[in-house]
Amino acid sequence: MSSNQHISHEFDEELEQLRNKVLKMGGLVEKQVRNAISALTRLDAIEGVEVCQNDHQVNTLEVGIDEDCVNILARRQPAASDLRMVIAVIKTITDLERIGDEAERIAKMAVRIAEEDGIFHNRYSGINHLADHVQYMVHGSLNAFTRMDVDEAIVIKKADKKVDEEYKLLMRSLITYMMEDPRTISETLDVAQAARALERIGDHAKNICEYVIYLVHGKNIRHVNMEEVEQDLLK
Amino acid sequence: MNTSSLTTNIDPSLVDRKQSKETEECLRVNKLDLYYGGAQALKDISFGMKRNRVTAFIGPSGCGKSTLLRCFNRMNDLVDECHIDGEILLDDENILARDMDVTVLRQRVGMVFQKPNPFPMTVFDNVAYGLRLQGITKKRVLEERVEWALKGAALWDEVKDRLNENALGMSGGQQQRLVIARSIAIEPEILLLDEPASALDPISTLKIEELIYELKSDYTILIVTHNMQQAARVSDDTAFMYLGELIEFGDTNTIFTNPKEKATEDYITGRYG
Repeated sequence: MSSNQHISHEFDEELEQLRNKVLKMGGLVEKQVRNAISALTRLDAIEGVEVCQNDHQVNTLEVGIDEDCVNILARRQPAASDLRMVIAVIKTITDLERIGDEAERIAKMAVRIAEEDGIFHNRYSGINHLADHVQYMVHGSLNAFTRMDVDEAIVIKKADKKVDEEYKLLMRSLITYMMEDPRTISETLDVAQAARALERIGDHAKNICEYVIYLVHGKNIRHVNMEEVEQDLLK
Repeated sequence: MNTSSLTTNIDPSLVDRKQSKETEECLRVNKLDLYYGGAQALKDISFGMKRNRVTAFIGPSGCGKSTLLRCFNRMNDLVDECHIDGEILLDDENILARDMDVTVLRQRVGMVFQKPNPFPMTVFDNVAYGLRLQGITKKRVLEERVEWALKGAALWDEVKDRLNENALGMSGGQQQRLVIARSIAIEPEILLLDEPASALDPISTLKIEELIYELKSDYTILIVTHNMQQAARVSDDTAFMYLGELIEFGDTNTIFTNPKEKATEDYITGRYG
């Protein structure tokens, strides 16, 4: 990556603004995830509704950043690391927007469960672990993007395995509850949907880490064995 | 222009030879140093170019791109106090050797300059000039070859009714394509283009770029350009030069998305060197 300034200061400013907007969007999405999880575990319908209402802010930011990227491509014809920056931003905001959608889904489930029952049974506590891991991943992927930190990106990308395991474990226990007591099926399915949304958020955070690696090293590491990637990058 | 129209006039054995050699190197530069008097303009340059590919040379003014390009048809011989070490192999033959016949070399390596330089004569005579030098006098043969070259340079449709008008009356873009027609009329193996489109408007520029794309199936093309987007658009390989050195040479896609050298990165992204 080149740290020098462009001869065109205006271009420097445009790229800086673009980066700042992505960070703003990232911060907002992170907050949405946090609030959605809090709404679910505390069964706070008001907070859940708020999360749903705020999703349009995420969408608006995505559209705005998308437009900025198109303008930069059309007017600056960026090359090398500048080009990779714009491409990485276009992809990152798509995943951020999806994370926002998943947060909204979790919040909807929180509202539904709160209105029906009002009790977050102990048997669902497994979702707390999953939620912690996912929040760690979202936070870490945004940190990696902010600092263009490949090491952190690799750590976070690997953490997705843990999320997948937690998710499987949780699903297994949820199935057991449903078999034990069919009356809980509808509520447990709602929890399962929220868990699925969390797992998807982990996948999106992983994608963002992959874009960070692409941005810094110019290597596309999607669908490649992680050990190979690390060896390749250490070379 | 398609390949068949070009190859119809070429000896079939030549075509065979061409196809068999398509993937091999046709031009190799070995440890080339060039001095203008005491000043070294090219420093230890080595690389190879494959047949039927377009190689673009980019770099800031004075980095030696044009000097290097001029080495390939010995144009630097005309410069006093120019001294060259190293070798340039064209099909394994060192073109810098003292006994190299420069006239023959320049038939094999054609060159087009930044400013169109048609001769002050008719369109037809411009294109026929090199052919007549080769000793071709039959009118029918000349007409065939001129038409073929003008078609090859994507100019035929525009000038077929004014072949006997003075070439200097044409537009800049047409003049440049005429000059390209003049250089391909004698069927060179290599075309050197020194900023061929920098004096042209955007549409004429695109026509020249389209022409480069079409010509590369029959020629190996070396182009010097200050327009980086043009290099990215037309070339298969890109060479970045800086202060007389070849900093990076590689596949154009790689150079423009993920160059290895920081100097290349800084130059193509428009940063302070």
